[in-house]
Amino acid sequence: MLCQECGVKQATLHFTKIVNGEKTEFHICESCAREKGELIPGTPGGFSIHSLLSGLLDLEGPGKEKSAASKIAQTQACVECGMTYSQFSKLGRFGCSSCYKYFNSGLDPLFKRVHGSTLHVGKIPKRAGAQIVVRRQIEEMKQELGISILQEEFEKAAELRDHIRRLEKEIAQE
Amino acid sequence: MPSLRFTEQALSDFMRSGGGSHSEIVISSRVRIARNLQHIPFPLLASLKQSEEVLEQLTPVFGGEEATEYGSFQLVKLVDLEDLDKKVLVEKHLISPSLVNESKGGAVMLNEDESVSIMINEEDHLRIQCLFPGFQVQEAWERATAIDDIFEETVNYAFDDKRGYLTSCPTNVGTGLRASVMMHLPALVMSHQINRILSAVNQVGLTVRGIYGEGSEAVGNIFQISNQITLGQSEIEIIDNLQSVVMQIIEHERNARERLLADSALRITDRVMRSYGILSYAAVLELKESAQRLSDIRLGVDLGILQGPSVSIMNELNVKTQPGFLEKMFGDEMSTTERDMYRAKLLRETLGTKN
Repeated sequence: MLCQECGVKQATLHFTKIVNGEKTEFHICESCAREKGELIPGTPGGFSIHSLLSGLLDLEGPGKEKSAASKIAQTQACVECGMTYSQFSKLGRFGCSSCYKYFNSGLDPLFKRVHGSTLHVGKIPKRAGAQIVVRRQIEEMKQELGISILQEEFEKAAELRDHIRRLEKEIAQE
Repeated sequence: MPSLRFTEQALSDFMRSGGGSHSEIVISSRVRIARNLQHIPFPLLASLKQSEEVLEQLTPVFGGEEATEYGSFQLVKLVDLEDLDKKVLVEKHLISPSLVNESKGGAVMLNEDESVSIMINEEDHLRIQCLFPGFQVQEAWERATAIDDIFEETVNYAFDDKRGYLTSCPTNVGTGLRASVMMHLPALVMSHQINRILSAVNQVGLTVRGIYGEGSEAVGNIFQISNQITLGQSEIEIIDNLQSVVMQIIEHERNARERLLADSALRITDRVMRSYGILSYAAVLELKESAQRLSDIRLGVDLGILQGPSVSIMNELNVKTQPGFLEKMFGDEMSTTERDMYRAKLLRETLGTKN
């Protein structure tokens, strides 16, 4: 798609602005965005490209992740609730639980920044998470197995191996 | 509209009963956990119909009249409340300002002693909040997680193997847990150590706020300390971390109080007595001043300079002197000056002369 400003270069910045339910789409190239400064023409009241970028940058680390982020911004919207990545980055709120799935590739840097971590290690719902509990147990036992092999405790290792197999079979059957 | 029993008295029964360790410094402990239901957009995007569906799924869990282990619950829908009642519930920390301002189909389930508050359609579909007097974060967590389990028997939560409990705001994902303690730290403020300590607190994944949460100012030397991280740490780690930091702050505050008493007993006695005098006789009192003077009196009681009032009365006055409560007690829609006048009257009647 060509830039809607210069009509020459490939548009690399795509975003949607929604005001009172009215959707306006923008497709511009980076140099036009830069040249025009902060304001995108044709948007009453002005729209700060800076705020859009900073919104994205805010969520993303430096370097490679930036381009990954704009790629997400171009293409990704949550299929369940319709929220786009740029809306998300501006609002700082997910629209539904599926957003986590659709924006997944952009989330690790964000979570690392906010929490210093990307993986949940806490409570698991009892009823819905029974499988997850077993899977976590298997993971832990595998680590233990590795240690017992290193320490040449082969009897313990064999026991662990059998236990892991049993649990894996149980999960597969469910 | 019917009058709401939860807004009739300033101090919740759970606070009145007192208890909890270190209550001379830690006023209360609170745990909140955020949960969402599967396949329904978060409240930010949910339609009114979807919000009602959330309500229908969640309310029967504690909706029956029969008493549970945690008391019997009353469902209060925000649309059925008068503005003043909403304000008072916020001042008592039973609901959040965003449940009042931003919620569609918002509701709260409260038990009799008001130690459990279950908010529905706040920023997340479900927010379970448990409050305890004094330093009892562990106890608050145990109760909250037990209530969470009861909900989970009936409803399906939005949960992800990798990210944990999915929440509307990325800052709550994972455990959805926010544990906090409200602390009275006058000696650390007076000895100018507070900023150093609070910035250290920020470096270990905790955050400090005013008593009414995000964006609110710390008035009357009361600070709310809570965990910031919810992902990558287990609930137990989060609680342990908060507890150990709070213990250290308690220690620092205690030392600072001892030093104050040892180095400047006369000055501190004078300050406490002056504040007592002002609250007992003033005709007009702004909230900020009354909060500061109440803090002085609380310190005076803790240090043995004053014989009363009791901690329970001090806690009650902290709530009663808030704008919503004053209007509730003395009549709707007051000007600031009227409020300052009634605040002074209330304090005079409680602490000093009866005129």
